[in-house]
Amino acid sequence: MKNISKSFAGVEILNDISFVFEKGKTNLIIGKSGSGKSVLTKCIVGLLVPDEGDIFFNERNLNSLKPKQKKELRKEIGMLFQASALFDSLSVEENVGFPLRMFTKMTTNEISDRVNFCLNRVNIQNKNNLYPSELSGGMQKRVAIARAIAMQPKYLFCDEPNSGLDPITAIVIDELIKEITEEYEMTTVVITHDMNSVLEIGENILFIDNGTNKWQGNKNEILDTKVKELYDFIYVSKFLQKMKK
Amino acid sequence: MIKSFGKYILMLYYIFLKPEKFSIYWKRFADEVIQLGVKSLFIVSLMSAFMGAVLVIQTATAIDSAWIPDYTVGFTIKQSMLLEFCPTIISLILAGKVGSNIASELGTMRVTEQIDALEVMGVNSIGYLIGPKIIASIFIFPIVIIYSMFFGFFGGGLVCYLTDIIPVKQYLLGIRSFSYENYAHIRYALIKTAVFAFLITSISSYFGYYLKGGALEVGKASTNAVVYSSIFILFANYILTQLLLV
Repeated sequence: MKNISKSFAGVEILNDISFVFEKGKTNLIIGKSGSGKSVLTKCIVGLLVPDEGDIFFNERNLNSLKPKQKKELRKEIGMLFQASALFDSLSVEENVGFPLRMFTKMTTNEISDRVNFCLNRVNIQNKNNLYPSELSGGMQKRVAIARAIAMQPKYLFCDEPNSGLDPITAIVIDELIKEITEEYEMTTVVITHDMNSVLEIGENILFIDNGTNKWQGNKNEILDTKVKELYDFIYVSKFLQKMKK
Repeated sequence: MIKSFGKYILMLYYIFLKPEKFSIYWKRFADEVIQLGVKSLFIVSLMSAFMGAVLVIQTATAIDSAWIPDYTVGFTIKQSMLLEFCPTIISLILAGKVGSNIASELGTMRVTEQIDALEVMGVNSIGYLIGPKIIASIFIFPIVIIYSMFFGFFGGGLVCYLTDIIPVKQYLLGIRSFSYENYAHIRYALIKTAVFAFLITSISSYFGYYLKGGALEVGKASTNAVVYSSIFILFANYILTQLLLV
């Protein structure tokens, strides 16, 4: 993405952000709450139109694509939302199979096989007929990941995949995202403010603060940062500051 | 105001874009027929039967004269039910039941990012979520209204049978007094209902789909959906009566 800026009602949310997400790697966008991470992600996936700047998927500029081309591009994108965003009225099986039924000519049996494959991949078994309200938060996230990978996307976006999960389940979800990224050679972008995730899966990290690009690097470099805002973000507690010293 | 109207018109435009897969939209249409129509039958039959019963008592009491034959009561009930009570009052009730349901359903989907999920997948979320609701309501509401008319007549008949306020035979004679004009009245009632169905579902969908905020706004959207649907039903009722009946 190049020089992305976005304002709402005169309030600047994103200011001139440029970054390259790497293929086959887990790319992270990190920052405090309200720093503009989710707005940036919505701009990248096309849910919001940036005021300035361009977003390229390989050579394709999202902002200059025709509606039909945009629709085709979106079939290459999978997204895991913060609150999972599973369809309440559909069962687990119907949720995962939804994009397949909508966009492919696969037969019912083929869809069923693909759904079971995706659910097995995220370690969900025998829950096909349950509804989202009958699942735990961690299971909902895994079903949402299964739905996101059902169409074998080239790009996977995860908006705070760990929010609302206990630390153990959060790590399971992180590892799952990393494994899937490597397995399918996807370009994965994870939005998070969880430092565990950063240190666990952060292969290519963008830190934004007040809507600007303050730092970029990887998990091995982040702990030695000299950028004040990032330092304050990582070593937020006095205990961690003492440990660092 | 103008911005909202523009958004509403744009929403209607997206409804009529070519569906991604017709079979899925057809299934959604069938589900909505059940959700919006069939599941409203209980309240509609209850309301209609009681409305018919009360109307018979009121009319029979009001025209208690030796100069006016008893079957006039049946005739009056029939005309009232056909022209106004069933299409308009039942539509207002459906605006409350169906309208708030649609606004809160779509509003919750907006708040929980389910609509965003559809958009990211490349689905025309307006066409997928709202289109089948509007078409289903235009199809099923007139049928519900015919059903309501029968229940209204039945309620009136039942009160005649139970209280003997007028002889049942006289009541039925009034109900059966069918003239060529009645076909036009039924056509008027059904056209009116189809327009009301469109208004209820499209206005309620608008408030739910374009909701911004959280749970509190979902409640507000439901209230707005019912209030605005009812207001536009009343306006449309006047305009259609002027156009079709005068």
